[in-house]
Amino acid sequence: MAERILTRNFDVKNAHTLRVYRGGGGYQGWEKAKGMEPGVIAEEVKNSNLRGLGGAGFPTGVKWGFIPKGSTAPRYLVVNADEGEPGTFKDRYLMERDPHALIEGMLIAARAIGSHLGFIYIRGEYVQPWRILSDAVAEAYDAGLLGKNIQGTGFDFEIVVHRGAGAYICGEETGLISSLEGKKGWPKVKPPFPAVKGAFGQPTIVNNVETLACLPHIINRGGEWFAGLGTKTQGGTRLYSVSGHVVRPGLVEAPVSVTLRQIIYDHCGGIPGGRALKAVVPGGSSAAILTPDEIDIPMDVDGPKSKGSMIGSAGIIVMDETVSIPEALMVVARFYAHESCGQCTPCRESTGWIYKISHRIVEGKGRKEDLDTILDVAKRGAGTTICAFYDGAVGPYISYIEKFRSEFEDLIRSSAHA
Amino acid sequence: MPKLTINGKEVEVPEGTNLIEAAKAVGAEVPHYCYHPALSIAGQCRLCMVDIDKVPRPQIACNTQATEGMVVHTETERVLATRRSMMEFHLINHPLDCPVCDQAGECYLQIYYMKHGLYDPRMIDEKVHKPKAVPIGPHVMLDAERCILCSRCVRFCDEITHTGELGIFQRGDQSEIGLFPGKALENKYSGNVIDICPVGALTDRDFRFQVRVWYLDTAKSICNGCARGCNIEVHTNRNRPHHNQGRRVARLKPRFNAEVNQWWVCDEGRYGFKWMDDKSRLTHPLHRAGGQGTEVSWDGALPELVTRLQGCPPDEIGFLASPRMSNEDLWTLKRLAEHLGVRNLDFRVPPRAPGDEDDFLIRADKNPNSRGAELAGVGPGPGGRDAAGMLRAAREKRLKLLWIFHHDLAATSWPEAEVLGAIENVETVIFQGTNANDISARAHLVLPSAACVETEGTFTNFQGRVQRFRTAIPPLGESWPDWMILSFIGKALGASDPVFTAERAEQVFNALAAAVPAFGGMTYRALGDAGRMVTA
Repeated sequence: MAERILTRNFDVKNAHTLRVYRGGGGYQGWEKAKGMEPGVIAEEVKNSNLRGLGGAGFPTGVKWGFIPKGSTAPRYLVVNADEGEPGTFKDRYLMERDPHALIEGMLIAARAIGSHLGFIYIRGEYVQPWRILSDAVAEAYDAGLLGKNIQGTGFDFEIVVHRGAGAYICGEETGLISSLEGKKGWPKVKPPFPAVKGAFGQPTIVNNVETLACLPHIINRGGEWFAGLGTKTQGGTRLYSVSGHVVRPGLVEAPVSVTLRQIIYDHCGGIPGGRALKAVVPGGSSAAILTPDEIDIPMDVDGPKSKGSMIGSAGIIVMDETVSIPEALMVVARFYAHESCGQCTPCRESTGWIYKISHRIVEGKGRKEDLDTILDVAKRGAGTTICAFYDGAVGPYISYIEKFRSEFEDLIRSSAHA
Repeated sequence: MPKLTINGKEVEVPEGTNLIEAAKAVGAEVPHYCYHPALSIAGQCRLCMVDIDKVPRPQIACNTQATEGMVVHTETERVLATRRSMMEFHLINHPLDCPVCDQAGECYLQIYYMKHGLYDPRMIDEKVHKPKAVPIGPHVMLDAERCILCSRCVRFCDEITHTGELGIFQRGDQSEIGLFPGKALENKYSGNVIDICPVGALTDRDFRFQVRVWYLDTAKSICNGCARGCNIEVHTNRNRPHHNQGRRVARLKPRFNAEVNQWWVCDEGRYGFKWMDDKSRLTHPLHRAGGQGTEVSWDGALPELVTRLQGCPPDEIGFLASPRMSNEDLWTLKRLAEHLGVRNLDFRVPPRAPGDEDDFLIRADKNPNSRGAELAGVGPGPGGRDAAGMLRAAREKRLKLLWIFHHDLAATSWPEAEVLGAIENVETVIFQGTNANDISARAHLVLPSAACVETEGTFTNFQGRVQRFRTAIPPLGESWPDWMILSFIGKALGASDPVFTAERAEQVFNALAAAVPAFGGMTYRALGDAGRMVTA
């Protein structure tokens, strides 16, 4: 069993408290980082091959470097704790069981980018994590780890915990910023990018909870060590949220070189009841579906990509042979139709349209042209929107049909309208 | 000034120009819904996509600035296919009630479908239904099903009026424009959302279903609602009197002028045209004796006026001009006063209540040409009386003839009893104007003026910008432009000044420009559509 990095405190009683966290070596990364030059911290993070673990997988240290050089404007660090991707629940665990790891990671990131104000944008439905995290922030303030002139370093850093009101799109970084600013959670046209003009018009770095939780370890043990845990292009371990038809669903931490097969069969005990694996979603609902012959891939950013899918948020949804793929598509299409923010025309209209078609197919009223219509609409809308929401929706639309077309066709053939 | 190539044509545009505007410079149309040059970039209709060399996917032209060496294509197969797709997406939930839609003829769903769509519809499922024909303010009707969620109206209320009444509510294809709770779209500029709505979602309660837009004629004009002089178009319905309840003027629309009103006009100006076709319009000269008014011809009215003018010593004549008159009208009057030796001349009449004003377009002075009257020198001659002085003199029976232009003196801040007392004490009261009022009802001679939409001329706005208005419709009944009435009188009086032999307003303007340095060098041609500032 590989070393547990991010989950090392998950089984420790009261690890969410500052006392226990510190007792286990917590805030040592910050102790080290506070004496480091910001550029050195960023360099260490670049060396670690840390990729954004919210879904996009962009190199974290590189992202920090997009803040305009010499800008004297206030810089904000925004934590994306919205975690709305279906099948994904890793950040919830981190915030409930190890909230100070996030706060420590924020301190390190803030020092690296020169930020003095951080926002944690947490999913509104995450009531329990919000309570625990808020308590942890209060503890950090009381201990002088947050606030003005932290530990006499002359460094100021404040954290505001902000609850979202429940919209998937508010996990998209510019939608999140709009929501944080008090506006409708609509993504913003780019350019300008958030690092140049983000929250409240100031340079802003948005990082995911898990990404920031890696930082104390990277600073403590060095970027090279972290890079060595993973693959050539991505360092570290990763939290995989596994749901669906496995014997032991839940959270799995493993180096990113772990294969999807290993996660399903070794970590999660395989498919229950001796049933056969039918399909797997490897990276949250927006990732293209994989078939059983496609699961021998490393679960870093490149593995699922090699099969036309993506690692995304690493939310793995396993489907056994009892699952109706047309029904699964309808469920996922309903989700995207419901959660499209409605800003861009192709996304707003196509998600609703595709849901209606998929629903009609499941109801037994499918027409033979329906599948081609979905595929055509999906492909024509892809890449035409402000944010990646629709591109995310297109993943399942296309892959479910292309990989399981005969199942849809059987259903349509039995329809009176075909 | 970046130089770029669009559709093979090289063009240089100012720094910061987006590709929609840059494409216009080479005559290429990039269709768009959400982009409006006065509003922030929304980038949400996704219709304005263009191909840019070295960029893998089509990009929205509205949010892409022209850069040096950029190579842009607006008509590639991929761009055309993307546009067709966007049109299909825009229309799948549209109710397609075009045959009855009151935006027909001005709807960019129709126009762009014909130019860029022309696909075979594939949507067979139930459309999304949303509220229809919802009044959202005194002037605006919302049909949410027709809305394509371009958000122009929302941005207008956020960024231009800063009133924020509108928002987009719900998500996905359930999204709809609506009012925030407790709000109504009743800001002073609300009608502009109708102009900027590219489809039939926001329509004009005053205009909808009155007349089809393709029956309308258009003339460039200037709003006469206040001293701003907003540039407008007058839309008239001349050939189908059974439409629009017989009104000839169907609506006013703002006309772009970067220096005056940009794209906008206030509601008061937009809807303040009903007097033009009102029953109170004066359509024939009237002679009144013993309280009874009798219609007379101009051939009867003008000699009578000449006789009355000749029968009065100049010091017992008063001319009360109006800042609602054009520069041409005022200059002719000024020359007539000079010819007759009349020194009692003024245009300043205090309104009953102070006009409202804001820091955008609306001016407290509700007259379009106060500045022009000042510049033309419409004021008392040496020893002459101003407006208040004339009224005072009239009350004291020291004025024999008072020629009042347009003013309803009974509706000013002067006490009504004093005004009416003055009128009663004048031997000859002449009222010249467009609409009947308490003064015309008491005048011995009433001369019907053409409305500003029925003639041409110029106004000088408060900034000193001289702007042309053009004839939109013929004068109603027997009404004549003020300058023309005055010219006839001048000619009948034997005055030799060329303004009295003018056949067109332009000739009067040329005379004004030759005589008054502030207007020096100006001609109608030189004024163009945007007008020109006076030199003093």
